[in-house]
Amino acid sequence: MGTGALDGVKVLEYGQLVSAAYCCKLMGDLGAEVIKVEVPPEGDPARRYGPFPQDLPHPERSGLFLYLNINKRGITLNPALPEGALIFRRLGEWADILVENWPPGTMEAMGLGYERLQEINPDLIMTSITPFGQTGPYSRYKAHSLNVCHGAGVAKGIGAPGREPLAPPGEQSHFFGALNAAAATMVALWERELSGEGQYLDIAEADCWAMLFNGVWFSKYLYGGEEVSRLGHRSNLPVYPWAVLRCKDGFVSATAPEEVQWQRLVDLMGNPEWANDPRFETSAKRSQHADELDEHIESWFSTRTKAEIFRSCQERNIPFSPIQDMREVVECPHLAERGYFVRIQHPEAGEILCPGPPYRLSETPWELRRRAPLLGEHNEEIFCGLLGCDLRDLERWRKEGVI
Amino acid sequence: MPEIGLDKGEGASGGRWMPLQGIRILDFGWVWAGPVVGQILGDMGGEVIKVESRRRLDFVRLFPPFAGGKPDPDGGLFFHSLNRNKLSLTLDLTQAKAVELLKRLVKLCDVVVENFSPKALPKLGLDYPALREVKPDLIMVSLSAAGQTGPWRDVLTYGPSLGALAGLDSLIGYPGERVLGWPMAYTDPASGLLAVFGIMAALLHRKRTGQGQYIDLAQWEATTALLPEFIMDFTMNGRIAGPQGNRHRRMAPHGCFRCRGEDAWVSIAVESEEEWRNLARALGNPDWCREHRFSSPEGRREAEEELRRRIEEWTSQRTPQEVMELLQAYAVPAFASYGIGDLLSDSHFEERGAKVVVDHPHMKGEVLYGLPWKFSRTPGRIRRRAPLLGEHNRYVLCELLGMSEEEVRSLEAEKVVY
Repeated sequence: MGTGALDGVKVLEYGQLVSAAYCCKLMGDLGAEVIKVEVPPEGDPARRYGPFPQDLPHPERSGLFLYLNINKRGITLNPALPEGALIFRRLGEWADILVENWPPGTMEAMGLGYERLQEINPDLIMTSITPFGQTGPYSRYKAHSLNVCHGAGVAKGIGAPGREPLAPPGEQSHFFGALNAAAATMVALWERELSGEGQYLDIAEADCWAMLFNGVWFSKYLYGGEEVSRLGHRSNLPVYPWAVLRCKDGFVSATAPEEVQWQRLVDLMGNPEWANDPRFETSAKRSQHADELDEHIESWFSTRTKAEIFRSCQERNIPFSPIQDMREVVECPHLAERGYFVRIQHPEAGEILCPGPPYRLSETPWELRRRAPLLGEHNEEIFCGLLGCDLRDLERWRKEGVI
Repeated sequence: MPEIGLDKGEGASGGRWMPLQGIRILDFGWVWAGPVVGQILGDMGGEVIKVESRRRLDFVRLFPPFAGGKPDPDGGLFFHSLNRNKLSLTLDLTQAKAVELLKRLVKLCDVVVENFSPKALPKLGLDYPALREVKPDLIMVSLSAAGQTGPWRDVLTYGPSLGALAGLDSLIGYPGERVLGWPMAYTDPASGLLAVFGIMAALLHRKRTGQGQYIDLAQWEATTALLPEFIMDFTMNGRIAGPQGNRHRRMAPHGCFRCRGEDAWVSIAVESEEEWRNLARALGNPDWCREHRFSSPEGRREAEEELRRRIEEWTSQRTPQEVMELLQAYAVPAFASYGIGDLLSDSHFEERGAKVVVDHPHMKGEVLYGLPWKFSRTPGRIRRRAPLLGEHNRYVLCELLGMSEEEVRSLEAEKVVY
């Protein structure tokens, strides 16, 4: 094992599903020592999420869990029980960073809120990730990723006119929140290096979408009178082409707002007669006649594959790219040469293949240090080795459902 | 809303301690992915110097709308939000003298951020190996489309075409229909946030070891990393996911339902049996809720279209706000599908600081988007409005690099400073 940028940083993760887990995965990937707390008997709901090999559900074979929890050690602990809370407090004393994603008030109800933990660990950094934050009228609202996307104005710009707005796929609110929480927590850790003091971070997924994603629309709305809208396979920007167009074997992302790019495309298509129409002179004018132009381009596309269009466009500096499906992403020669996907051996799930390094750090490279933990795999190591508890205590806690 | 005037709170006297005070960032960023990195670091207290040139503007400076309505590189309002808290230095880097000045400046910086294509900086002699020579412990991050290595490294893209390569777009559309894609560039802020995380980790490493480093961030890879369940359904089971609509692999109902009003919708997502029972109660326990086929998540997913029709009969008689308040009262996850206008007039987002008002020479009382992170002890803040083009040339060249006014004037005449 090499050196990690976050070697020696101690992280306690207590959460469910995606946001806390991806946040702490980013830290573990760079060498932080992450202890993941799961509530017995079932553990993290991500264990029941899938996908599963051969579609056979099994708590040790869920793809989402196996991906989100590499580079962590795992224990079981129920802090809602008095003895569980006591043990949790000792882990809170050990940690530099605690990341949790339970509904507001959950930690306080167990006597594990920031103020209580700060009494025993004054320089603790505690990061809470929730849908709508710890304050404000919606802080107690229940929400899944879908609801947060819709609530923060993300979905209104995706989909077809008159039809239902579409949320981004999968658990994007949780992933986007996790990216924010991870970056923010590192800023707080840096600050602690200088001041010696910890703090509490309230990260709301809706805030992250509303500001860092949709904030760029505020001025359009307030000063340009423009609301987000859905135009199906096309953008509502007054430029053309900015669309998803059909070709022989699938779809192409045809995004080329600059005039010179349009001219190159016209050349590539063999300078057809229709392209001389003055109605198509500028990007803005073209966007007024997008249906007609879609037809022209799709008719040229219809005899060509994604790969052919990609190659001939990129050769001419036209920034079109293929809409790659999951197979094409996984089998893509570019990612293969960069070694993007990693194979992980797992005692229950066998060999799994999933995304590896999301970036490359030259001196402290991303590293697969350990596969995702089995449920309670490191109980003895953490409770006895780290906290110095007795094996007999472990036995009793097991019986009482504490661990 | 807090009022922050021009430069109020700057300097030792007015300012509160901020986390990244003392960190200097050289920001080559343009458009969105690069600039958002500097924006976040600046919000948290870093000194961010944006390097630009009249010769080749960050074209976001010319994105509408404009303060005063007329196109003007200092009036682009989209630019104002993304570049608040930054200083502007104008250098024409195609000139050797400008490159030399830039290298002198890099000596005084901790971090360099860029999102050009991989060919651009080596051509100018400003790539990481060149900059490391003048500043050995430099931290530099490049956010390119496909990374610095590999056969497609020079691929030309805009944000949406990157989502296409990453597999994201193939999942967006109505189930069973054509791919629609996501016209907004999610890849930009998602990659920018990962870059901030990487930079902070690299700063911590440098503090311990004295060692700087280079981060090669492919926006494509950063985005594919956010789709594990779809990727792994292929690697495990060979299944290729198509457009998802608002559906979910485990939950039903999980969708967006028509309400009373124009383009009025509400999202409802039910995961547990408890949430399903609560939904039934909120609807007044109609008979159809007790039908056998709706009694399990699997059954509900199978009969999702029927379920949607039943629920929509109920939601379509109410406004999104009514539905969401009613369902939330029964602890059912539901939220209206907001537009930007809804979001800007909502008291929750107001209270969470979504809007901050600043004064800009081209617009008094301009609304910018706020800071999404709430730090209990050392919050970030907007302490400076977006810079005019070249506004801080003298600060950088005279104060930081020790040049005289005459020297700067002659560089301006030569259009090195331009």
